[in-house]
Amino acid sequence: MKALTWPALTWPALTALAGAVVLAAMWHVSVGARPVALTEVWRALVAPDPALFDHTVVRDLRLPRALSAAAVGAALAVAGALMQAVTRNPLAEPATLGLMAGASSAVVLGIGWFGLAGSAWIPLFAACGSVAAAVMVWGLAGAVPGGTRPLTLILAGSAVATFLGAIDGAVLLLDEEAFRMLRVWMVGTLSGADMDRLGYALPWGAAGMLAALAIARPLTALALGDDTAQGLGLPVARIRAVALLAVVALTAAAVSVAGLLGFVGLVIPHVVRLLAGADYARILPISALAGAAYLTAIDTVARIALAPSEVATGLMTAIIGAPVFLWLVRTRA
Amino acid sequence: MFDSPARLDPLPRLSAHGVTFGYGGPAILQGVDFAVPTGALTVLVGPNGCGKSTLLKALGRILTPQGGQVMLDGTPIGAIPTREVARRLAMLPQGPVAPEGLTVRELVAQGRYPHQSFLRQWTREDARAVDHALTLTALAGLAGRPVASLSGGQRQRAWIAMTLAQETDLILLDEPTTFLDLKVQIDVMSCLAAIARSGKTLVVVLHELNIAAAFADHLVMMRGGAIVAAGAPCAVMTPANLRNVFDLDAQVIADPASGRPVCLPRLVA
Repeated sequence: MKALTWPALTWPALTALAGAVVLAAMWHVSVGARPVALTEVWRALVAPDPALFDHTVVRDLRLPRALSAAAVGAALAVAGALMQAVTRNPLAEPATLGLMAGASSAVVLGIGWFGLAGSAWIPLFAACGSVAAAVMVWGLAGAVPGGTRPLTLILAGSAVATFLGAIDGAVLLLDEEAFRMLRVWMVGTLSGADMDRLGYALPWGAAGMLAALAIARPLTALALGDDTAQGLGLPVARIRAVALLAVVALTAAAVSVAGLLGFVGLVIPHVVRLLAGADYARILPISALAGAAYLTAIDTVARIALAPSEVATGLMTAIIGAPVFLWLVRTRA
Repeated sequence: MFDSPARLDPLPRLSAHGVTFGYGGPAILQGVDFAVPTGALTVLVGPNGCGKSTLLKALGRILTPQGGQVMLDGTPIGAIPTREVARRLAMLPQGPVAPEGLTVRELVAQGRYPHQSFLRQWTREDARAVDHALTLTALAGLAGRPVASLSGGQRQRAWIAMTLAQETDLILLDEPTTFLDLKVQIDVMSCLAAIARSGKTLVVVLHELNIAAAFADHLVMMRGGAIVAAGAPCAVMTPANLRNVFDLDAQVIADPASGRPVCLPRLVA
């Protein structure tokens, strides 16, 4: 399959994806226990009437969750793309390399021990946790003879993630209150996402996203190998550091809103690369929009599939995403 | 071209002065002095582990020497900013691997990185440099193809095109012909010789002795982290040097067509 050519098809692709995000968000907002017509959703967004109950439902209850889904999807997809570029490892993403487990452990400790539920400190805890996990993973992988190769990184990542998962489990089993609050969060959910939580996480996500886009072009050169990149005049160490900080900020933002939501960060960048080639100036923005559209649509399905009860978003991303991903890999690779 | 080693320039732009280097263990480079002849194709040869790739990396600022100095245009290369070095000197490491899905044009376009900045993004000048590099390496027809789908020789030419797009006067290449068929090795080396004839300075590490002698303007033999012999191929490729450097018992004859020395290892009957 011929890759799209930059820049001819990139702007149309980005526009189409932005449209898909808007459509998915409108669908997300319109369905539920009290269906609201799409035309009414649009009116509620552009010309809200406080007297109308439908408009209140849309703006105060459903819109925060739809926006959270879009933001988390974008953050995870970009974080995954960054990690895959920097480690030159197609399996790298915040979940497989343990960063997400680190973030979630810190949040579990923060809520379970310090009672920080619903606080602006959550993203900071998540960020510190993912930095700690990154230090552990790279430390472990570096201690192995042969150094930080893609395989040792993944092995160290899963070891650290399993270890931290056990700590989470111990904390949650000992603390019934925290368990009740975080049970669904541990598999990733957007249920209960509100404007406050999104507001706390947004600065982190935005900072990570800006940092990511700023290094998009050198990332393509970095993917050619360290020596080649250095020969091209890239400040290799600095770009690595910026990428890692961006991943941490994006992971912290996503985890503090939606918990341990896997799959998006691994799969969306893969699908984008299959369709759009290897230039990160193209992969990063397309991944952001594709992740946003994907998670918003998936969360809609999670809300309505077993109505009136709800499937955790994290389960639905994998249940629907895995077969689609397998199909894509088989037909395109 | 085959008899023109005399066009070596007396004023080197790139030179090593007493360069030593080691990865913790025994020194790989033991005080190497070497001035790269300007405007010529220089080939470094030597047995495995002789330090030829390490010397190339030190010349290309990929490695920082532990002792001695590499000078670029009269300034210690370590004192020149990375991007500025990349505007004067291109370096292709051994066996580079392109990310999946990267097209030839996208790969070659990476060579423009040192000429760009946040404010100065892709320009017509960049596009012209990329097109020129693709033409020089006869890849214009394959520009839209993924690098991974090319043959070994085409792929190597694509990487060479990337270094050409950098538009530097100095180009260092580490084993650009390894693992290629003989015919393809000749194609790649002819391409490099043509680039040198256009006035560029090339330093190439090679494995294949006869290819080295056939294309080099200046041949350098290394052993044990030091330069043993350097000069025109017919002066350097001698049975004595082959024995000293490679422990190889061989006779050297002249190629009847080109006059270039050819090494024939002596076979024990």
